[in-house]
Amino acid sequence: MRGFLLNRLSQSLVLLLIVSVIGFVVLNLIPGGPLAQFGLDPSMTQDDLNRLKEQLGLNRPLWMQYLDWAWRLVQGDWGHSFRDGAPVLDVIGRHLVATLLLMGSSTVIAIAIGTWIGIRGATHRYSVFDYLATVGAMVALSIPTFWFGLVGIYVFSLRLGWLPAGNMYTIGDGSVLNHIHHLIMPSIVLALVHVAIWSRYMRTATLDVISQEFVKTARAKGLSERRILMKHVVGNALLPMITLAGMQLPSVLTGALVTETVFTWPGMGRLFLDSLGYSDYPVVMGLLMFSAILVVLCNLIADIVVAIIDPRIRLS
Amino acid sequence: MTKDSTTKSGYSRRDALRLMAAGGIACFAAPNLLGKPAFADTASPTGRVVVGLSQEPTVFHPLMAHIEVDDAVHFSLFDALFRMDPKGGLQPNLAAEVPTQQNGGISEDGLKWRVRLRDDVRWHDGEPFTAEDVKFTLELITNPNFRAWRTGGHSLVRDITVVSPTELTWRMEEAFAPYLSFLTETFMVPKHILEKEADPNAAAFNQAPVGTGAFKWAQRVAGDHLELVANPQYFGDGPYVERLVFKYIPDMTVLYTQFKSGDIDLTDQAYITADHYDEAKTLPGRVVTLVSGASVESIYLNLEKPQFKDPAVRKALYAAMDRKAIIDAIYYGVGTLTETFMPRTSYYYNPNLPAQEFNLDRARQILDEAGWVPGPDGIRAKDGVRLSFANSTTSGNNLREQVQQFLQQTFAEIGVEMTISNLPAAVMFGEFWLKSQFDSAIAGVTHLIAADPDATNRLATSAIAAKGGKGSNVGQYSNPEVDALLKKGAQTFDPEARREIYSRIQEIVREDLPFLPLFAATYVVGRKEGLEGWEPNSNTRTASWHAAGWRWQS
Repeated sequence: MRGFLLNRLSQSLVLLLIVSVIGFVVLNLIPGGPLAQFGLDPSMTQDDLNRLKEQLGLNRPLWMQYLDWAWRLVQGDWGHSFRDGAPVLDVIGRHLVATLLLMGSSTVIAIAIGTWIGIRGATHRYSVFDYLATVGAMVALSIPTFWFGLVGIYVFSLRLGWLPAGNMYTIGDGSVLNHIHHLIMPSIVLALVHVAIWSRYMRTATLDVISQEFVKTARAKGLSERRILMKHVVGNALLPMITLAGMQLPSVLTGALVTETVFTWPGMGRLFLDSLGYSDYPVVMGLLMFSAILVVLCNLIADIVVAIIDPRIRLS
Repeated sequence: MTKDSTTKSGYSRRDALRLMAAGGIACFAAPNLLGKPAFADTASPTGRVVVGLSQEPTVFHPLMAHIEVDDAVHFSLFDALFRMDPKGGLQPNLAAEVPTQQNGGISEDGLKWRVRLRDDVRWHDGEPFTAEDVKFTLELITNPNFRAWRTGGHSLVRDITVVSPTELTWRMEEAFAPYLSFLTETFMVPKHILEKEADPNAAAFNQAPVGTGAFKWAQRVAGDHLELVANPQYFGDGPYVERLVFKYIPDMTVLYTQFKSGDIDLTDQAYITADHYDEAKTLPGRVVTLVSGASVESIYLNLEKPQFKDPAVRKALYAAMDRKAIIDAIYYGVGTLTETFMPRTSYYYNPNLPAQEFNLDRARQILDEAGWVPGPDGIRAKDGVRLSFANSTTSGNNLREQVQQFLQQTFAEIGVEMTISNLPAAVMFGEFWLKSQFDSAIAGVTHLIAADPDATNRLATSAIAAKGGKGSNVGQYSNPEVDALLKKGAQTFDPEARREIYSRIQEIVREDLPFLPLFAATYVVGRKEGLEGWEPNSNTRTASWHAAGWRWQS
């Protein structure tokens, strides 16, 4: 176990190093830069722009900028945002809660409904339900989320007036109920795609387990279908889902770009988009490293959990 | 519903002159003239106004490098020495009068300035505002360690002397008339708080600013909104609303939807797009107004490209632009024809420039006469130069993209090839724009700083950054007569004399056509019915320039 962990951690560090170098270089190669936002401002003279460039340290060679940034990162200083001067970790932290709320609720919905649809689809293969679930999943995967979002706003906000058109809460009313009211539509819209993914994976995994010998044995022993399903099938079918969850968890924390924009949700996805738009290098790099670390960590945790649950896998 | 015409100004030039000169004198005699109306003393601020912005304000230190959207917050939290009113007149704000050569505030040679301040102003933390704060502010801007916004004008200030808590003087390195206007966008910051900070770029103040303005800082929810509360001790008119909220909604369609659904009370400048104008006008309970902006949407030509060096080409292209059709068919009638870079609302606007006429035959004739002959592919050429160029604009702006396609077709009819090559805004306005790497580009450009007519940064030869200059003359326009006039204009304090200078500059630029104006910007501003006291002011960069005066009709 210790050997496995050390091996994976060293691999992860190399991976993070590669991600950071590529990210840093690519970001700095994009023409424009953080001062492009002043391009149309007649009051900014070339002297002013040069002065700002120097003050932000952007006139140094790229390798020097990278080493400086990496050294500070290792020491726990993720730098300061060019836009508002706040520490990068604070900027990320400010948006993390909003993202956790939205993505957390949509993930719970997606896993609960997706798992149920998947299992039912597998146990009632080629039934009307199964066909409907298959078509529904294809539709949900094919149509962009923002379309569902806009249709939802049109129908439930503008036409029916049942749900708010966006925002995390009504300004001046920060109650839990108000938050929940605002959470309903974006989390359902966001869950649609994930329900589709989960249901397809779950269906395949369940079918796979159903055809296994031990299920036939259980049947031969005369166990009820319900008991077989709950005791033998679901548990085993959920195993590959842990890996899937491990892969999806980072995206839960790094946000949903389009949905957050449509529903004016102040989460990480929108932060990423905004920071890219302003070429706010420290924040973009911070977000990149944040998600890279999450991917590495989540995969590691998923591997360990699977190994603990499934005795056939040995980490050593 | 109201509709402000953008084609006629409702005041005479003489009125504006009187305002500029008399405003200061009047307020010197009665410093509290702009104070609270009698009823304001008894009524406490009530209600909340939510302003929708499509970019997020993030820079709250008003002297640090920032963009337009931050102004909405600065104008509410802070005060400058002077204020630019909707008619382009200078009014005293923290100063008791506007210094002029007539009242002795500015010496005859324009080099010695004296500013008198109000004596009844307090910072939000209760400390009195004094001349020491002004001195500190002006010195901070030129502090080499401070990430200041612009230093132009400020870098000429020398020997700031505090004469008394309400009076200070300084010397200018050279006469620079636009400095008065620059000071309308130079918000004063508190010395007693900022002098203690080791690094002014990372001061706690930057995240929770303390000003003298009508509203005080309340809280910020990053990525979402920020909230200000009324400052009951405000020395000026207002505030009448208790809370002012700036709500950030990045997508313009979503912003419009939230305006429709009533989540926001006012859309700040330019945030209802022209294609929503017709529908917006019919919304119940909403007032949608057309407001003139200071910028002019134009095709910028890179005059160092051989195609554009020939004035005949520029004239022919201008004649081949069906600008009326562009405004009517693509911009839903939102936009005003103009022949100059000067905003129509400016006192210095020259209304006597020759009007462009759309005439393809005339365009062909100009090119024929200049020797641009159609080649085998139908594209004209002269001395080995094909009349072909790329046009760039910000990608994702569908209205501008339609303009490009429209022009591409009409230009083809006169034997000119225009290709389209668009870039994201964050790329386009970097070196590509600033260092003149484009052939031609469509952009909405403001030439003036704080409504002063001085356009040196955009038009002077010394302002060509691609040639090592100090400004943003991205078209690389160079005309010695314009250079001389710009220099003279910047050193002239008399508005009437300046008007002549800038009128002449507009004539020359209209003749030279370094850029081809499409239309003067017109913004569709929407607000909820019952929100009173809102007034457009194209001389500032924000529709929230005077939130202190807003109130809900009871």
